[in-house]
Amino acid sequence: MADLRIARVVILAQPDHITTIMRDMPALQADDIAIRLAGLSKRFAEGGTLALRDVSLEVRGGEIFGIVGRSGAGKSTLVRTINLLERPDAGAVTVLGQELLGLDAAALRTARRGIGMVFQHFNLHHRRTVAENIAFPLEIAGISRAERAARVAELLPLVGLEAKRDAYPAQLSGGQKQRVGIARALASRPRILLCDEATSALDPETTAEILALIRNLRDRLQLTVLLITHEMAVVKSICDRVAVMEAGRVIEQGPVLEVFTRPRQETTRRFVAEVIGHGVPAGTLARLPAPKPGEARRLVQVLFLGPHSTRAVISEASRDFGIDLDIAAGRIDSIAGEPFGVMALAAYGPAEALEAAFAWMRGLGLVIEEIAP
Amino acid sequence: MTWLTPMMQELLIEALGQTLVMVGVSTVLAIAFGLPLALLLHVTGPGGLSPRPWLNRPLGLVVNALRSTPFIILMVAIVPFTRLVAGTSIGTGAAIVPLALAATAFLARLFENALREVDPGVVEAAQAMGASRGQIVWKVLVPEALPGLIAAVTVALVSLVGFSAMAGAIGGGGLGDLGIRFGYQRFMPEVMASVVLILILLVQGLQSIGDWLVRRLSHR
Repeated sequence: MADLRIARVVILAQPDHITTIMRDMPALQADDIAIRLAGLSKRFAEGGTLALRDVSLEVRGGEIFGIVGRSGAGKSTLVRTINLLERPDAGAVTVLGQELLGLDAAALRTARRGIGMVFQHFNLHHRRTVAENIAFPLEIAGISRAERAARVAELLPLVGLEAKRDAYPAQLSGGQKQRVGIARALASRPRILLCDEATSALDPETTAEILALIRNLRDRLQLTVLLITHEMAVVKSICDRVAVMEAGRVIEQGPVLEVFTRPRQETTRRFVAEVIGHGVPAGTLARLPAPKPGEARRLVQVLFLGPHSTRAVISEASRDFGIDLDIAAGRIDSIAGEPFGVMALAAYGPAEALEAAFAWMRGLGLVIEEIAP
Repeated sequence: MTWLTPMMQELLIEALGQTLVMVGVSTVLAIAFGLPLALLLHVTGPGGLSPRPWLNRPLGLVVNALRSTPFIILMVAIVPFTRLVAGTSIGTGAAIVPLALAATAFLARLFENALREVDPGVVEAAQAMGASRGQIVWKVLVPEALPGLIAAVTVALVSLVGFSAMAGAIGGGGLGDLGIRFGYQRFMPEVMASVVLILILLVQGLQSIGDWLVRRLSHR
């Protein structure tokens, strides 16, 4: 089976479908840029490697922008430059129209109050109750005790923690701690929320809850969210646009649906495969029948986007080109709320007929990436 | 204490009073000087809120020098300084000066360790919220480290009880001095036994109160 390589076919059932979805997104209608990073570079140790290499990004108002990358790709450094927890060596950081690098210490502290941040390990004060933790940013901003109490009373129901008001962090579950972290980040009514691996310390179920909460809060509070993650599944479930980082560079960025369906970089492809891999169970290839003499066999992955059924394509190809299409694996999922189907097909038939069938699929607007015959 | 003569009982109570004064006053002074010193060491240290190697290194060196000098030697070595501060170089008051100095250096290091135990993420979160350095020190570092700081004071108190036994060398009095002069030099085992018993109870009491406070304040 070593000579059997896997072809990969990406089918975009309706080429102009993507642009339609994108146009309907509220985030993309807003033309103001919430965060603009231009030409950021950062080197931690002299002579060391660059943590950031000429990174430029624009995050639009109201969108959830994901930055995905392996550990060490520089994404955490990048998110820390946005509130200047990390000062870049070169470049410009503009948040809500304000250039942060030129600010003095006092002005920077004021600017930071407009940028909420949520952390992987929650970073709560162990000796403060839930309410006291949430009130902390207000306390340092010099807000009166009565106003703090009123704001905390607004925030607790927003994150569903009314009952835990006087609990200490040690008495909370991971998901509850992150809810406190989110409420605290929102206390001073920021317009921007930075999430640094906010769900990486949580189990899958809690992750889904926290992501739903973040999206819900974005909608209700018109937040702009920049989210760092190493999990493509997180990007898939809530992001509008995504940037992929590797070795301190942004190697690819765009609307989530586009990046998922037309990944241009190898790293991106590997990330995408985590979420929408062909999903052929191990051993399937060995069990597939060998092609008849004079015939060829190819295993391809087919990605169907939008509401269109895959059946017509398969039966039509089979009938018109005289080939056999065997479904080895398949599932239905969604990206950015848009349904899609992934299918692994084993195609049998004369080599020319298979070629013609794939060409016909391409003609339908499918992107077919031939990896192997 | 019925096996002690009334006079010995009186001496014992007087000595206990001297020990409590020496330990108590020098601990208060050590906290007053040691905490700012520890904060300075922590904040100016590598990776601190505002690293200042030119300040941090000499400061660390002085603290280490004080800590590595045996107390009995420190006590006589700084006699001119003691005279300057206390106006005399003998007596309980004079003993407080070297005790406080040694305890300050000791506590500064213990405090620094307690501050280092504070989750750097909490500090970073405060920075991200726009907290000033002062706010981070007094609203994050010190409150979060409080259980550790209390534990450090407990350790220092217990050590000071031990150090204060040497205060007799410069006429400071106290339980240790009483034990040496009467229990050892005048062969009065009942005095020695009483001194040791009182010291054990004192240390146990201090440790229990310290532990209780730490438990109450931790919320871990």
